[in-house]
Amino acid sequence: MRALLLRDMRLAVRAGGGFGLALAFFLIVVTLVPFAVGPQPEVLGEIAAGVLWIGALLACLLSLDRIFALDYEDGSLDLLATAPVPLEGVTAVKALAHWLTTGLPLVLAAPVLAVLLHLPGPGFLWLTVSLAVGTPALSVIGCFGAALTVGLKRGGLLLSLIVLPLYVPVLIFGAEVARRGVDGLAVGTPLALLGGLTAGAVALLPFAAAAAIRINLR
Amino acid sequence: MSLWEYANPVKFMATSGRILPACAVLAGLVTLVGVCWGFFATPEDYKQGATVKIIFIHVPAAMMAINAWAMMLVASLIWVVRRHHVSALAAKAAAPVGVAMTLIALFTGAVWGQPMWGTWWAWDPRLTSFLILFLFYLGYMALWAAIDDPDTAADLTSVLCLVGSVFAILSRYAVNFWNQGLHQGASVLRAGAVTGSDTEEKVSNVYALPLFVSMAGFFLLFLALVLMGTRTEIRARRIKALEARARMADA
Repeated sequence: MRALLLRDMRLAVRAGGGFGLALAFFLIVVTLVPFAVGPQPEVLGEIAAGVLWIGALLACLLSLDRIFALDYEDGSLDLLATAPVPLEGVTAVKALAHWLTTGLPLVLAAPVLAVLLHLPGPGFLWLTVSLAVGTPALSVIGCFGAALTVGLKRGGLLLSLIVLPLYVPVLIFGAEVARRGVDGLAVGTPLALLGGLTAGAVALLPFAAAAAIRINLR
Repeated sequence: MSLWEYANPVKFMATSGRILPACAVLAGLVTLVGVCWGFFATPEDYKQGATVKIIFIHVPAAMMAINAWAMMLVASLIWVVRRHHVSALAAKAAAPVGVAMTLIALFTGAVWGQPMWGTWWAWDPRLTSFLILFLFYLGYMALWAAIDDPDTAADLTSVLCLVGSVFAILSRYAVNFWNQGLHQGASVLRAGAVTGSDTEEKVSNVYALPLFVSMAGFFLLFLALVLMGTRTEIRARRIKALEARARMADA
C-alpha cells in the first residue's frame, strides 16, 4: 500500500500529472474575485473565508477525474483490483494520495492567499485549521464520485454534478468554522461536526468507492 | 403468496396493468376533489387571504418529493440485495416524478412567499434543503442517463442513492445549523395536535381536512405515475432484447 501511495504521488508530481494545476487554479480564482466584487478591503475581508473555501473546493474538484481515469484506461486498475491488497484499501490510499498532492498544498497556500483578500487577523488560524480538517473529506467524497464515473467517456461534468451536492455539509461546517474564527466566536461546535464528518467519510466512503469500481470493472 | 412474486416482470406487468387504470382514475378524482374543496369551499385566512390556498398544492407536493426519494432508496436497496430488475426500474421511474414534485413545491413556495414574506426566495433551512434535494435528483437522473449498460447503471445509481441519502440527511441538519428559518415548523401532522394535548398552533381543521384529501390524491398520482413509468421501462427493456435477438438472427 505504501508502494501504491508513492507511485500515485510520483505520477501526480511528474510532468502531465497535473500537480500544481490545482494550486494555480486556486490562485486564479482568488485573483478574479476582487475584479468581480471590487477592491475595497472591507468587502473582501467580509467574504474572504467563504471565497477561499469555495476556491479550495473547486480546485479539489478539478483533479478528481485523474484519481482513477488513467489507471482505468491503461488497465492498471484491473491489476489493482486483483492484487492481494483489498480494493477498499486501494481507494483509501488513492484518496490519501489525492489529498497529499491537492488538499495539503491548498491548505498551506490558503493563509498566503488570505492576505490578498484582506482576511481579518484572527481568521488565519481557524481558516487553515478548518481547511486542514475539511479537505480530507473533500478528497474521499471526490474519490467516491470518481469511482462512480470512471467507466464513462465524458464523465467530467457529470462528476461535478454528482460530487458538488455531496460537498454541501463539509462546506457549511468548514466555512462556519472560518467565519466564526474571523468574528472571534467559539468555533468548537462546527469544528467538532466538521471533524466528525471527515472521520465518518474517511471510514465509510472507501467501501462505497470500492463497490463502485467493482461494478465498473465487471 | 409473497411480495417477491412481483419481481417477475410478467407477473408485475399483469397486475400493474389491472391496477393502473383504477389508480389513475382514482388519483385524478381524489386530487380534483381535494384541490377543488380546498380552493372553492374553504374560507379565506384572516391574515393571508386567498394565498393560504396554495397549501393544497404545496404541502402534498413537498411530501411526495421527500417520499419519492425514500421510495427510491428502498427500491435501490432491494435491487442491491435481491437483484430484482423491476425494483431498479421502479427507482428509475420514481426519479422524474420526484424531481417534478420538488420543483412544484419550490415554485408554489416562491409564489406564496412573495406576498407573505415579501420575497420569492430566502435562504431558509427548509427551502435550502429542498434545493439541495433537487440537485441530488438531478445528479441521480444524470447518472442513469449517462451509462449505457442497464445493469451497471442500476448498480451505480443504487450506490449513489444509498450514499446520497446519508448526505442528504447530513445536509438537512447542516443547513439547520447554518441559518435560522423563516418557514413554519411542522403544523399539519403532529401527534400532540391530534390528541389535543399540545397547545402550539396547528392548521385548523377547516384547512386540514381538504389538505388530507389532497395529500391522498397526490400519493395516488405518484403511485400511478411510477407504475406507468416502470411499465414503460420494462417495455423499453423488452424492445431492446427483441432488437438484440433480431440482430443475432440476422448475423
